[in-house]
Amino acid sequence: MATKDVPVNDPMLDPVTGEFAVIAPGHTFKSVTEEISRIVLTTHTPLGWFAGFAIAGGFVIMLMVALTWLFIKGIGIWAVAIPTAWGFAIVNFVWWIGIGHAGTLISAILLLFKQGWRNSINRFAEAMTIFAVICAGLFPLVHVGRPWLGYWLFPYPNTMNVWPQFRSPLMWDVFAVSTYATISVVFWYIGMVPDLGTLRDRAKSRVGQYIYGMLAMGWRGSARHWARYETSSLLLAGLATPLVLSVHTVISFDFAVALLPGWHTTIFPPYFVAGAIYSGFAMVITLAIPIRKFYHLEDLITLRHVDNMGKVMLATGLIVAYGYSTEVFMSYCYSASHWEYFMMWNRMFGPIGWSYWVLITFNIALPQLLWARKFRRNPSLLFIMSLIVNIGMYFERFVIVVTSLTRDYLPSSWGTYRATRWDYMTLAGTLGLFTFLFFLFIRFLPMIPMSELRLMLPQAKVQAKAEPLPEAGD
Amino acid sequence: MPLREGTYGLLAEFDTPTQLVHAAQSAYDAGYRRMDCYTPYAVHGAAEAVGFHKNTVSLVTLIGGLLGAAAMFGMETWISVWAFPLNIAGRPYYSWPAFVVPAYEWTILYAGLSAAFGMLALCGLPQLYHPLFNAPNFRNGATQDKFFLCLESTDPRFDAKETRGFLDGFTPVSVVEVEY
Repeated sequence: MATKDVPVNDPMLDPVTGEFAVIAPGHTFKSVTEEISRIVLTTHTPLGWFAGFAIAGGFVIMLMVALTWLFIKGIGIWAVAIPTAWGFAIVNFVWWIGIGHAGTLISAILLLFKQGWRNSINRFAEAMTIFAVICAGLFPLVHVGRPWLGYWLFPYPNTMNVWPQFRSPLMWDVFAVSTYATISVVFWYIGMVPDLGTLRDRAKSRVGQYIYGMLAMGWRGSARHWARYETSSLLLAGLATPLVLSVHTVISFDFAVALLPGWHTTIFPPYFVAGAIYSGFAMVITLAIPIRKFYHLEDLITLRHVDNMGKVMLATGLIVAYGYSTEVFMSYCYSASHWEYFMMWNRMFGPIGWSYWVLITFNIALPQLLWARKFRRNPSLLFIMSLIVNIGMYFERFVIVVTSLTRDYLPSSWGTYRATRWDYMTLAGTLGLFTFLFFLFIRFLPMIPMSELRLMLPQAKVQAKAEPLPEAGD
Repeated sequence: MPLREGTYGLLAEFDTPTQLVHAAQSAYDAGYRRMDCYTPYAVHGAAEAVGFHKNTVSLVTLIGGLLGAAAMFGMETWISVWAFPLNIAGRPYYSWPAFVVPAYEWTILYAGLSAAFGMLALCGLPQLYHPLFNAPNFRNGATQDKFFLCLESTDPRFDAKETRGFLDGFTPVSVVEVEY
């Protein structure tokens, strides 16, 4: 199959629309099932998997070291100190949770829009969501200083007779993020049940049959079950859509409700949501392209997916660019506020002004290359672009948090921020944790939804009744 | 459930969804009611063919969502007005606009959990044992690439011989008797 040059009579191309096929032609129910389940049920785990898993595991150990030292010494080992009480912890939190949002976008919003191509990538995009939320949730938890009292965030009857304060966006965050994590896990698991049934029936080993059997809950593909299942999936998608939009909105309220210049702005909710989906799609691409290559899934994750993901990234990137220009317009041209004016000047030309230009270059300038179809259809180039966007979006959150906090109203309370080695270790550690979990996922769970792919095959449709068709279909 | 013996039903295997839906439709028209299709993906029209129209998952979800909204909004009001009133910069104790946000989240949480667990409960899952798993060919196909129709013995129209003959009329790959 061609991945770089596209010949005119490529069988992957639809002769009418000129679009790439979502699934390579010639696949049957059986071949789709085999191609996906072999990755999980094989007894020969590829060596590359072990190598990647070991490296990721090393980073997880580093995370544990960093957190252990944090619990022993306290959050003073991080660079968080007044005025920058929120440093890497919140930057990482927002970055990670934003990455999660693309998974929900793919699984929920694109389902509602009947974007059939999403089916091949939705499962691992959802897995990405869950692992990203795990990494994100870690930061507020360890940042509270005494994480073992983290449950104080929840309203529960206690001997102190104290209850949470529901007028604070930080409290809203607790409910937004916990709901998001719960619903993502449920959506992911329910979506996987039919495939777990397939694995139960295909597993050769006793242990595999037992574990997948328990997880599949006795799924047998009854028509009545399927009808309820489809309604339930559609409802979960319909619920996850407003949820995903609300989660990053609530996170942006953490900033927007504060009075700090650069934070106190109404553009934040839509701009944060767009940024989240932007960075999340970048991460989906970062994961999808190597997996596609490594597991030879070019038939199922085709250039159509690669191309479409590039388009979504370009579109959301433009919304983010609109957000940036609104910020500039508001502070320089419209606000007539000295503080706002200074905030933007400081962002661009202050002590860490370089980081603003990094984000402009990485998030706005370079992604314009995605306008070119040749670029979007080149997996390697798109992969590099996705890394660039991931880094750019990290800088965006860094700029928002650090430039505003270090230069607020009173020069006497200004400060600087320089992350410590523990900050970097924690960040790298969560990257490792994310990868670690992802390696486990692709090894032990079906990363592409088989039941949904079967539905997309041409022979899946029920033909008109009169036809006898002894030879049709699979 | 008491241990049952005898025949659960007759299981016909088909190669294509079209044959399956056609057979199921004909069986329904012939008066069979206790039957079900088993397919590796959601075959559209299969549920209707076996006479399944009332899908209550949406209702369960709606009730769950309303409960979640009421629970959270009620709790916030109770906490902020009666249980632990805090004066935050002179804002009213009953700051309902602020309470909307967590209530919104819990609407989604409860509705989502109801959609998922309600669906499982209505399907009778988890149910790790089912007589159909006894059929020799069921687990080789029902979750992979084959399409099954099962006419159950509890149906008043069911008759081991006659029903088998009826199923054979649709040229299935096989018809097997499933034991409890």
